[in-house]
Amino acid sequence: MGFILISLIILIGIASYFLGNLRAKNLRTSNQKNLKSLSHYYGYYVALWAVVPALLILLMITSFKPFFIEQYVLSDFIALGSYTETELSLLFTQIENTALGIKLFDENTILINGAVNKLNYINKTSENLTYVTVLGLSGLLVLYSLFNINNKLNSRKIVEKFLLVLYFTCSLVAIMTTVGIIFSLLYETLRFFSQVPITDFLFGLNWSPQRVFVREAGDLDTRDLANAFGAVPLFAGTFLIALIAMCVSVPVGLLTAIYMSEYASPKVRDWAKPIIEILAGIPTVVYGFFAALTVAPLVRDIGQGAGLTVSSESALAAGFVMGIMIIPFISSLSDDVIKSVPQSLREGSYAMGATKRETIVKVLLPAALPGIVGSFLLAVSRAIGETMIVVMAAGLNAKLTANPLDAATTITTQIVVILIGDQEFDSPKTQSAFALGLTLFVVTLALNFIALQVVKKYTERYD
Amino acid sequence: MKSIKIKADNLNVYYGEKQALFDVSMYMEEKQVTALIGPSGCGKSTFIRCLNRMNDVIDICKVQGKIEIDGNNIYAPSMQVEQLRERVGMVFQKPNPFPKSIFENVAYGPRIHGIAENKSDLEEIVVNSLKKAALFDEVKDRLNDAGTGLSGGQQQRLCIARAISVNPDIILMDEPCSALDPIATARIEELMGELKTEYTIIIVTHSMQQAARVSSRTGFFHLGKLVEVDKTETIFSNPSDQRTQDYITGRFG
Repeated sequence: MGFILISLIILIGIASYFLGNLRAKNLRTSNQKNLKSLSHYYGYYVALWAVVPALLILLMITSFKPFFIEQYVLSDFIALGSYTETELSLLFTQIENTALGIKLFDENTILINGAVNKLNYINKTSENLTYVTVLGLSGLLVLYSLFNINNKLNSRKIVEKFLLVLYFTCSLVAIMTTVGIIFSLLYETLRFFSQVPITDFLFGLNWSPQRVFVREAGDLDTRDLANAFGAVPLFAGTFLIALIAMCVSVPVGLLTAIYMSEYASPKVRDWAKPIIEILAGIPTVVYGFFAALTVAPLVRDIGQGAGLTVSSESALAAGFVMGIMIIPFISSLSDDVIKSVPQSLREGSYAMGATKRETIVKVLLPAALPGIVGSFLLAVSRAIGETMIVVMAAGLNAKLTANPLDAATTITTQIVVILIGDQEFDSPKTQSAFALGLTLFVVTLALNFIALQVVKKYTERYD
Repeated sequence: MKSIKIKADNLNVYYGEKQALFDVSMYMEEKQVTALIGPSGCGKSTFIRCLNRMNDVIDICKVQGKIEIDGNNIYAPSMQVEQLRERVGMVFQKPNPFPKSIFENVAYGPRIHGIAENKSDLEEIVVNSLKKAALFDEVKDRLNDAGTGLSGGQQQRLCIARAISVNPDIILMDEPCSALDPIATARIEELMGELKTEYTIIIVTHSMQQAARVSSRTGFFHLGKLVEVDKTETIFSNPSDQRTQDYITGRFG
């Protein structure tokens, strides 16, 4: 139903555009009326009246309809007064199923049969009513706006204003989503901190949320609460793996960027750059099994060959693969930054008799340094937020260690572990995921903010 | 007659398919200012950039012919371009100090060529170069400030100081005053008068008055050809070619 109705509205909209356009043209020629805008703006004006209110009404109807239908259908049962909320909603599902011909229960009481009839009736009626209301409204407004076209109406202004509202609404969607996410994170985090002190969380050295159980009465087993949620091992693991990743990606990425911006011929650049950027497009899960099945055993074998104890899941393997993954972040951005150093500085250096290497090391890199640092920071925030590789290759054990050959775990991994499967949403174990999420969010936000500031400072420099 | 420092012989330059210079032959005298004038796109900048092989940076640029400095062909395979550029300094149209301190800007050349023996040597070179470029008095209290923070004219003199810091024989100036105001221009012109006692200077300029003021010989380029080169007085008072006559009287360009 929705599809047909929306198509109809759009058709009306298109038709009314031409009507408005035509009427404006007629007015212009027959009455020598001096219209304030070009004819097609009157077309848009009429089309907007035809489409926008109709769609808004449709949106309202569709969002409120289910509630009213449910109330209407269940009115007999509600009148009995012996049903709870949950039972009522179960009943409604049963009625809906029966209406569709699915009979799950044999208790076809008269009441349910009556309700099914009611449901069928109200569905039909409401559909017709919707059609009439929406199309009627659309048509009326087309007529209204058509007769509204005169030399006093500045349709261009109205159209521009409408577009302004549209743009604003669209940007509002993203902003409101962010705000919503932050608030839901904050809310759950505060609930978590009401049970576990924030200092225990931030400075505790022991992470083992699986030890916390909810007893039958809904009370917490508080014995282990204090040292189950120390997040330091997670912070340390995250830091360790991100550090290994940066050790791989910074040199490789930076040297790639230098090669691409200063040495590669345009031809090589044209095919090499997209291939490098594909690295960023590979799904992280693919990196994950690459890390788990290829790199981790390799690291273990090499380590054992050298007489070291290496666990089969190691921070080194995960960090290494993660480093490969974020190479393009560094190489791409640094490449752009180095390239944007003015040509005049290169020439100035060459004219002094500097070689290419001297020019790069002594002039280009210092000049591009803020931008390069910015790219490092963006890469770090990507590394910290990465989950899949660590889940698959670095293990799930929250152990406080600085040994890269040991298993390690990160904030994101623990969030996954905590939330996988069926969980009660009021246990501190589940809520700790929100606290971890918020911590991660704050850290990445800070890194991104610093990175953007650094990059911004850089861009201001040459003009 | 002065001794000849630079000699170009049948120089042809191509940018890809397009030929930018046609059979240019001219010489430049030692410790004199030679001006190159001509309308935009006439090849005068291309020519000056051949003298320190700056065109090597451009992939599609191809140079044929010979340029001799003190009798050595600078396009010979044995010529090391870094050493050539140490001897042939260049000042660009737009001042291009490095985003470093004033001191580091001037110390750049001596550092990469290993000219200074020690720190005090380097300081002496920097101070002398700044003095020769008539900038020292203005910046002596802030040698560690950013070179990019100076005014346009000061930046250009900083670039001149940078160019002379490695003690070159020749200084190429590619429209050095086109981005500067008249007062800064006058200072640079005055400076050129002082510098020519030590250096051979080649200047590309759009301003015929400037060429007339600073140079002893002037070459007129048009459409990639060297139309005429002669003593500056001769070029501006009694040119032998009609095109030169038209250009200096303002009929085109």
